[in-house]
Amino acid sequence: MSLQFVVDGLITGSMIGLGAIGVTLTYSILRFSNFAHGDFMAWGTYATLSIIGAITAMFGRVAPIAPLSFGWPLIVALVAGMALTALLALLLDKVLFSRLRKQEQAIIVVMGSFGASMALRSLLEFIFTSRPTYFSRAIQIAMPVGFGVRITPDQIALLLLTAVLVLGVHLLTTRTQTGRSMQAMSQNPALARITGIDVASVVRVTWVIGAALACVAGVMIGVLVQIRPLMGFDMLLPMFAAAILGGIGSIPGAVLGGLIIGLAEAGAVQLIGAEWRAAVSFIILMAVLIVRPIGLFGVRER
Amino acid sequence: MTEAVLDVSDLEAGYEPGVPIVRGASITVNKGEIVVVLGPNGAGKSSLIKAIAGLVPISRGKVLLDGRDITAAPAHTMVRLGLAFVPQTENVFPRMSVEDNLKVACGIFERRQVPARIDEMYTAFPDLLRQRRTPAGNLSGGQRQMLAVARALVVHPKVLVLDEPSAGLSPKFVSMVFEMLAAIRKSGVTILLVEQNAKAALAIGDRAYVLVEGKEQHEGAASTLWNDPVIAELYLGQRPLQKDSATRAETGGAA
Repeated sequence: MSLQFVVDGLITGSMIGLGAIGVTLTYSILRFSNFAHGDFMAWGTYATLSIIGAITAMFGRVAPIAPLSFGWPLIVALVAGMALTALLALLLDKVLFSRLRKQEQAIIVVMGSFGASMALRSLLEFIFTSRPTYFSRAIQIAMPVGFGVRITPDQIALLLLTAVLVLGVHLLTTRTQTGRSMQAMSQNPALARITGIDVASVVRVTWVIGAALACVAGVMIGVLVQIRPLMGFDMLLPMFAAAILGGIGSIPGAVLGGLIIGLAEAGAVQLIGAEWRAAVSFIILMAVLIVRPIGLFGVRER
Repeated sequence: MTEAVLDVSDLEAGYEPGVPIVRGASITVNKGEIVVVLGPNGAGKSSLIKAIAGLVPISRGKVLLDGRDITAAPAHTMVRLGLAFVPQTENVFPRMSVEDNLKVACGIFERRQVPARIDEMYTAFPDLLRQRRTPAGNLSGGQRQMLAVARALVVHPKVLVLDEPSAGLSPKFVSMVFEMLAAIRKSGVTILLVEQNAKAALAIGDRAYVLVEGKEQHEGAASTLWNDPVIAELYLGQRPLQKDSATRAETGGAA
């Protein structure tokens, strides 16, 4: 048995964890399960890809930053893609979710997000076709790091990026007035309002953070695996499993949940067989719901 | 010369359109006063102050704060306008520390002003300083009420509005809460409160209104209201008691 699954698991776990942050924030602050979150990932990735295309058209092909497989256009495009994904989420909230929320029944919003998910996905297939595509077709040589484990420079860079983003979001939500307002909203929306917190602005911040991180997770998948319109939808179950495993509302929980699920998936591929990969997050999700429904860092609702 | 900090006139409000719970209520709170709103269950006392705080839709009437019309102001703008509200239950953020509960209320201040405001609350409520890192949900009932009041006071409101501050507290904490309110008034804050515990509230209050079926039916000085036979009939449902100085001391009156 090789320890390679640890690296693979951490990478997959990072993607799941970044996505799960958005899921858990939307759930705790807007109080619904956003099924369109995976499609924010895919849209963010295609937006990034399109911007890279535009940059290439303007500046010609740019050499990658050795030893990575990508150059500055990807970094610039990622930042722009994050902004565009955030805009998409805000737009969707304005035209759809905010109206459905007024009915004050979570199930209506959940179903709305399900519809939005299908529409967004189909639109991507319509524009870009369902054929997989790549940021770069270059093959990266994985470096051995001992114990039979290999890792590529891209993987190291993206793991570091994940760590920085998670730390940043954690500090934002625990140390700033914006973050305290978000916590307050998730714990008691009525009290938050009379404490002077503008609900609408907290809702906007929540969408921006969730969507921007979804874009990063999508681009990670794009860099390390491939880009497909279904790439985000396929991540939905692991992301929800991670958010629930970590405890709804907890950002460290979502990330840890993501890493656990990533490691479990990678371990299952190695020990049982690749066909069981998808079942792992489902089994973990079921087990958590039965044994500890509030998750690792969750808090029992009154 | 008295000066009205809060002036509510002919207020009609309710959760459902066409089903008012508050039906034409008018009350005035003058600067530096403690005004108590009493009334039987279902009289609309809570709805009245929630409507004032922007939490229940208002269909008619006016709310003036320091002469400024705040009838249509959204709830989240009230602290900036100078009105701080302490709900009856769930009035702290349970999974945030005591300090974060205070900090989150300081959104209207510039960041560098916040520590001084919070220290001010710690000076007024030393118990909170000792528990500053404790999640608010782990506090005792009395301390939680203290935090809820501090969270409202930290913004230096013109008027502090409280919904049954003694509800659900053990007798020891009830007297503590009323002593605290009397002390807060002494520091110059105007207070409007709704209370079931009429005896304790009247002991610290200056004036009181009795609300019946969504409208004020009686108004008077707190000291005389307790013995008013009309009140006994309307609200208290018992024979009028003689004013009892022992009771006042026990409930921590302002006397």
